[in-house]
Amino acid sequence: MNRYPLWKYLLVAISLIVAVVYSLPNIFGESPAVQISTSKIHLKIDTELLERVEAGLKQEEIAYDAIFLDASGIKVRFANPDSQIRAKDALNQLLGNDYIIALNLLSQSPAWLNSIGALPMYLGLDLRGGVHFLLEVDMDSAMTQAAERYVGDFRSAFRKDKINYLGISREGQTVQIRFNQAEEAKKAERIINRDYADLTVRQSGTGNEITLTASLSMVAQKRIQDFALKQNIQTLHNRINELGVAEPIIQQQGANRVVVQLPGVQDTAKAKEILGRTATLEIRMVDEEKSDAVTLDNASKGQVPFGDEFFVDRNGQPLLVKKSVVLTGDYITDAGPGLDQQTGESVVHVTLDGRGAGIFKQVTRENVGKRMAILLIEKGEAEVITAPVIREEIGGGRVQISGMSNIKEATDVALLLRAGALAAPMEIIEERTVGPSMGEENIKRGMNSVLWGFAAIAVFMIAYYMLFGSISVLALGINLLLLVAVLSMLQATLTLPGLAAVALTLGMAIDANVLINERIREELRNGNTPQASIQAGYSRAWDTILDSNVTTLIAGIALFMFGSGPVKGFAVVHVLGILTSMFSAVVVSRAVVNLIYGYRRKVGKLSIG
Amino acid sequence: MEFFRIKKDIPFMSYGRLTTAISLITFILAVYFLAAKGLNLGVDFTGGTMMEVSYPQAANIEQIRTAVQSVGLSDVTVQNFGTSRDVLIRLPVKEGLSTAQLSEEVMAALRKADDSVIMNRVEFVGPQVGQELYENGALALLLVSIGIMLYLYFRFEWQFALAAMIANSHDVIIILGFFAFFQWEFNLTVLAAVLAVLGYSVNESVVVFDRIRENFRKMRKAAPKDIIDNAITRTMSRTIITHFSTQLMVLSMLIFGGEVLHNFSLALTIGILFGIYSSVLVASPIVLFLGVSRETFVPPEKKATEEEALP
Repeated sequence: MNRYPLWKYLLVAISLIVAVVYSLPNIFGESPAVQISTSKIHLKIDTELLERVEAGLKQEEIAYDAIFLDASGIKVRFANPDSQIRAKDALNQLLGNDYIIALNLLSQSPAWLNSIGALPMYLGLDLRGGVHFLLEVDMDSAMTQAAERYVGDFRSAFRKDKINYLGISREGQTVQIRFNQAEEAKKAERIINRDYADLTVRQSGTGNEITLTASLSMVAQKRIQDFALKQNIQTLHNRINELGVAEPIIQQQGANRVVVQLPGVQDTAKAKEILGRTATLEIRMVDEEKSDAVTLDNASKGQVPFGDEFFVDRNGQPLLVKKSVVLTGDYITDAGPGLDQQTGESVVHVTLDGRGAGIFKQVTRENVGKRMAILLIEKGEAEVITAPVIREEIGGGRVQISGMSNIKEATDVALLLRAGALAAPMEIIEERTVGPSMGEENIKRGMNSVLWGFAAIAVFMIAYYMLFGSISVLALGINLLLLVAVLSMLQATLTLPGLAAVALTLGMAIDANVLINERIREELRNGNTPQASIQAGYSRAWDTILDSNVTTLIAGIALFMFGSGPVKGFAVVHVLGILTSMFSAVVVSRAVVNLIYGYRRKVGKLSIG
Repeated sequence: MEFFRIKKDIPFMSYGRLTTAISLITFILAVYFLAAKGLNLGVDFTGGTMMEVSYPQAANIEQIRTAVQSVGLSDVTVQNFGTSRDVLIRLPVKEGLSTAQLSEEVMAALRKADDSVIMNRVEFVGPQVGQELYENGALALLLVSIGIMLYLYFRFEWQFALAAMIANSHDVIIILGFFAFFQWEFNLTVLAAVLAVLGYSVNESVVVFDRIRENFRKMRKAAPKDIIDNAITRTMSRTIITHFSTQLMVLSMLIFGGEVLHNFSLALTIGILFGIYSSVLVASPIVLFLGVSRETFVPPEKKATEEEALP
């Protein structure tokens, strides 16, 4: 009795070593760093770039601690945030727009630890500072846009097949076509069923008033939603790269939401602006026929001709623009600010993809001499940026948008367009931002709570239970070490509530040892021998420990499933802590007790107070 | 060192009616305050914006309030938060206003009034998300209760499962009652504390039940009342020591944890203190009341053979 088989001692020893090694990275602090990467496929991050960076930094006389190249880019470590920021500015100037220079905090743990996968704990935003957004994709908008597109498509299709209809309009997310001849309606229905597999058609009305209602099938709806979400996520990736954030997290959540986490971001206003804004580019034709003074005047007062929309462009000129869209933003592959060769004005150069280029070519060919309106649509509000006259057919897919007030505006518009037009607009529905100084303070607070609480418990336990109390405290310490090691290995997110969970779990874990010690005392009081008391104490207490830990586990798991953000961090630590506590409180403490008492032939009195 | 060298069993169950009555009264009081005053729900559950800013010197609340209202909001809360330099600003959900941009506008207004302001924390929760978190929170509470009851039912008998649940829901309601009475802010973190308390509180009951079960098997001739008394007396030492230790840790959090963990620690403290009371002095009388006896653990036929086996 009171002797463990060798393998159990080895198990305890090995877990102890693993715990220490994998907790080590957390002791080393972090140093400010700059990370260089790129989103352009044709550019490589290699030693040549490394040398350029080194030279550039030397030239600016910016001292750095270390520079190295790894899978995620080039990283340069600095002694203080000042050098870090100076370096970022210098490198921005040196390398230009093609590279992303991001501020980052790098752990100072040595490379050999990294190579075995020992990393410091992954700190949540409330400990690191940064921004957390939850964005919701406006699926309704996506469907409405799709319906609007079908209206245009139908018009050209019916014109081609010479079908007579009274009118086409979009009602909500369906397209309604009215006929006064049943024969025409039938022809139209056949065409729709043949060419537009995504739509289902319903006929209503009789005689002279027949209406066909076309709506998207459920399958098509789901497909559009999935695609809208994925495209939005891709767009977010691009935009966030432009912001220069080191380790962003962008994830789908549910059917129509996206989580975005930007650690270390200081300028939350800019981040929100870039993310919250959506920009769709639409090219439509100006309605020349109706653009006489009288109609324009009436339109400005609210009487807009059917099929048109009224706008006032940036110079204050009124315009009637046709509703049907000639070209949309999805065809844009690139956009950048620039200066017009002749006038020196700020412009945006836009490049269209193959199909877009083709459509644009055709439109410009068919409409030489006519005016084309380029609209920027943001969250439902459209603005005419410019409405140039088409002088000639423009092929090759290169479009120049003039009318920008200055180069900064050109850059902003280009950023919005380049990062992609969104299939459906997004809205921020949840935001949590933590300033950087608060992050540091939170870490301090959390650590203090844990350490002082631990100290208090330790003093009390040793005073009350003497040697067995010391063993309990030792087990508790190993519990803490194991917990830190597991969190580091799993790279689970540690938040402030998570640190609170560490404290709480330690406070609860001591319960197991109290149970054991109390039981041993009772056995001794009942007249049992010391060795038998130890045996009885541990075995009787185990059942109770198991039961009580399972119930706390249930609470932890429920919290994990239903919590969000920082509370999820609490739940993760809580659950892990319970598991490590079961191991350390029982197995580890028993191993130590066995080593002390198990091999003595005669045990006089147990030092248990 | 030993605080609880108790020679004779303390007759807890004699006071069973009294202790249950006291807890019933506190329970009713808690429910009353919950209904009358309601919980001071944080932004997590109601939706809205909460901003925590600090200044290098004592903050001028009036000036801050004017600055915030200049953005176009009337129903704002501005108050000190911990120290005189930290300020908490709460903005309600407003229809039509772009809520995510709101915090930026407010920060700009604050900077105009006093450039030295530092933004510590911003939390904006859209009304829809707030509603979801609220529902999820309630659901979590319900599921934990059911989960624990099921587990207890399988490990012990139904009387124990029911008694534990009643006693420990009592704990939860008491905590909520305190929060309603003092109007402390109730947010997601506090809910986490409540759920942790629920788990912890059941802990307590389990330890006592375990001992009761063991006693039923060992103390053959004793009446259920005495068995339970003995069980509680024997485990009292452990109960108080453990609660004291956990409270030490929570005290450390109260002192060092800062504002964010303050209400969290308060909820835990109340839970720990009342937990002792409910698990010991409420759960056990209920178990007794529900008619637990040796038959609960040892089915009658087996009992007959055991009696015969006795010399």
